[in-house]
Amino acid sequence: MGLKAYTGEGWLLTKMEELINWGRKRSPWPLPYGTACCGIEMMCALAASYDMARFGAERPSFSPRQADVLIEAGTISKKMAPILRRIYDQMAEPKWVIAMGACACTGGVFRTYSTLQGINRVIPVDVYVPGCPPRPESLLYALMKVMEKIEKDHPLRALFDREIGQVDLRSCP
Amino acid sequence: MSLKDQVQSCLGPLVVAVSECQGDLSVEVSRENIKAALSKLKEDPGLSFDFLSDLFGVDNSELYKKTAAKPAKKAEAETAPEEPPKPQEFPPRFEVIYLLLSLKTNKRLQVKVRVPEENPVVDSVVSLFKAATWPEREAYDMYGIRFNGHPDLRRLLMWEGFPAYPLRKDYPLEGRGEERHLIYD
Amino acid sequence: MINHDDYVKINIGPSHPAMHGTLRVVAYTDGETVVSADPEIGYLHRGVEKLGEHLSYHQFIPITDRLNYCSAICNNVSYEMAVEKLLGVSAPEKAQLVRIIMMELARIADHQVCVGILGVDLGAFTPFFYLIIQREEIYEIFEHYNGARLTNTFGRIGGVEADLPKDFEQRWKKLKEGIARANEETDKLLTHNRIWMDRTIGVTTFSAEDALAWGFTGPCLRACGVKRDLRKDEPYSVYDRFDFEVPVGKYGDVFDRYMVRMREMEESVKIIDQAFKLYKDMPADAPLMAKVPKTIKPPAGEVYSAIESPNGELGFFIKSDGSDKPYRIKIRPPCYMVYQAFPEMVKGEMIADLIACLSSLNVIAGELDR
Repeated sequence: MGLKAYTGEGWLLTKMEELINWGRKRSPWPLPYGTACCGIEMMCALAASYDMARFGAERPSFSPRQADVLIEAGTISKKMAPILRRIYDQMAEPKWVIAMGACACTGGVFRTYSTLQGINRVIPVDVYVPGCPPRPESLLYALMKVMEKIEKDHPLRALFDREIGQVDLRSCP
Repeated sequence: MSLKDQVQSCLGPLVVAVSECQGDLSVEVSRENIKAALSKLKEDPGLSFDFLSDLFGVDNSELYKKTAAKPAKKAEAETAPEEPPKPQEFPPRFEVIYLLLSLKTNKRLQVKVRVPEENPVVDSVVSLFKAATWPEREAYDMYGIRFNGHPDLRRLLMWEGFPAYPLRKDYPLEGRGEERHLIYD
Repeated sequence: MINHDDYVKINIGPSHPAMHGTLRVVAYTDGETVVSADPEIGYLHRGVEKLGEHLSYHQFIPITDRLNYCSAICNNVSYEMAVEKLLGVSAPEKAQLVRIIMMELARIADHQVCVGILGVDLGAFTPFFYLIIQREEIYEIFEHYNGARLTNTFGRIGGVEADLPKDFEQRWKKLKEGIARANEETDKLLTHNRIWMDRTIGVTTFSAEDALAWGFTGPCLRACGVKRDLRKDEPYSVYDRFDFEVPVGKYGDVFDRYMVRMREMEESVKIIDQAFKLYKDMPADAPLMAKVPKTIKPPAGEVYSAIESPNGELGFFIKSDGSDKPYRIKIRPPCYMVYQAFPEMVKGEMIADLIACLSSLNVIAGELDR
C-alpha cells in the first residue's frame, strides 16, 4: 500500500492518492445490470459458491447513483441501448464498466438487425470479459483487473489540473 | 372417423385445401371465413378445438421465386429461350397460421389463411381466443399484417417508429442501420 | 377506457431490480392500488427467428440454448425433436433416457432459480443461497458431461453425443440428498412463514377458465387447478414408462405457483431415479444416435413439435423448403402467453403485489423476446 514510515504513535506516511485508491479499490459496489444468460452467471458469482463480496463488492446496488462498477451482463438490443446510456450517465464519478460476455463485448452470436454490436458503441468500457457465458471466476478476475486499474488512477488530478478530468460524455459516439 | 374427415365434415365448404406432413394436419381456409371457421371448430362437440396454442405469420416470397426459377432452368437446358419469360402469377405472399389444440381429445390442428401483399388485412380472432392478443401484435410488427378488430394493434418487439417489418424476406439479416434515439424532455 | 389523468403513472422501467432484466411495466395507480398495468417487452429481441433462416439446422442448436437460459437443455431437446419429426427419424432408446435425465435435471435447476428469485424479490434472501448451492452441483454434472455450465449445446439431431459421465451415480446420490435438504430448508423458512403467507396467499388469483382462454401452460396453469402436463397428455420420448404425479394447485395465486414448483422438483427427482435404473440396464454399446445424413436436408413440409419445459409448452414450428437451411422457424414461448394476461391479473392489486406476481410467473426475457 505504499507505507513510507510508521512512527509508532499513530502516524502513517503515504501518498494521498494511494490512500484514496486503496479505499476505492477495496469496495467497488457493483450495479448488476444483467439482461440475459450472462445475468445468471453473474448471479452465481454474487451468490455463495463464488462469493464476490469477499472482494469488497458487498452491496450490489441497483440504483446507479450509489454504484461504482457497472457490470453489464448480457445482450443489449438497440431498443435497450438508450436506457443503458441513461443509466451510465446517472452514475456518479468515479465509475468503471465491465462488459461481461460475448454479446456485451461485440454482439456475440447475434449479428442481427436488433442487437447492438458491442456496448462500447454507447458507453466507454474498462474491462471486457469474453465467454458465452464466462465462468464466474472470469468475472472475479475482471473485478480484480478493475481494482488494478483503480490502483493506477490519479484521483486528485481533477482538482489540480483543469484540463484532464473533464470528460464530455455527450461527445462519445 | 379420422381427424381429417371430422374436420372436413365440420367445416364443409369453408375448406380450401387440406394437407398432412408427418402426422400434422393442416387446413387452409379463405381470409373472409377465418372467424367463422375457427368458431365452428371451437364449438363442434366432437372436435372442440378450444385452445389457441400459437399464431404467427410466414412470408412465402422466396419459396415462390425458387419454384419459379426451377422450370425456367429446365427450359434453358433444352432450348435457347426465344422470348423473355412472362411474369408469373404467384399465390398470396403471406400466410397466417393458427395452431389449435383440443383439450378434450389432445389433438392438434393447423389452420392457415393466405394474405396478399397489396392488402395485408385479416380479421382478428381476439374475440374468440384471448390468447391471440400479443401474437397478432407480433405478426403486425414482424410482417406488417393488419388485424381488423384488434383492440390495441401496435408494435410489440421492435420500438415504436421502427421503419420496417423485420421478418420479411426482403429485409436483410443485419438490418439497414436503424437506431433508436430517445429524446427526453 | 380509463382517464389516465386521474391516476399516478409509475414507470417500472427496464432497468429495475425486480424486473428480471429487461421487462418494463407502466402502471397507473390510484394511491397504492393498480388501476391498469401495461407491460412492454422487446428489450431483449435478438432476431433469433430471422437468424434461424440463415443458419443450417445444426448451427441453430447453440442459438436455442439462449432462449430459456435457466434450463437450456430443454430448449435444445425440443428443437432436436422437431427436426427429427420433420426428418421422420426418432432417437434410439438409450439416447432418449439420457435426454430425459438431463432435461429433468434442468427442470430442477430452473425451479430452484425461480423459487430463489421469488424469495429475493419479496425480501427473503436466504433460501436463494441454499438453492443456488445445489444448482452449482447440477452445473458440475453438466460440466462433466459437456464442458458447459449454463448454455450446454446438448444433444444432436438424432440423439445425443455421449454417454452419461462415469461418476454420475455417486454425484446423483449426493445431489439427491442435497436437493432434498435445500428444499426442506426452503420449506421451513417460507411455507408456513406468516409474512410469506400474507404476501403470497390470495395475491393475483386467476381462474381456470381465464387461464385456458389466455393460452396458459405449465406451472401457472397447473396452479389454477387444471391438470395439464404434456408429459402425461401427449407423451413424447419415453415418458410413458415412468410413474410420477402432476401437482395441481387450487386458486392460481402466487402461493400456489410456488408450491407447484416445489412439488415438481420432487417429482423430477423420482423420474431421474427411474430413468437411471433403466439406463443402467441398457447394454454399454447401445447406439446413441440415429442414422441421419451429415448435411440435413429435410423434405419440404412444416411440422410443430412441443415438449413440457419447466415453464410450460415450448414448441417449435419448422417449415422446410427442401434446402439445408430452415425456411421459417417459429418458437412458441410458454411465458409469452402467460405474460400477456398480466394486465388482467394485477388489476386491483397493490404495487408490491404486482412485483410478487411478476416474479412468480417466471418470465424469462430470452424466451419472451427471442
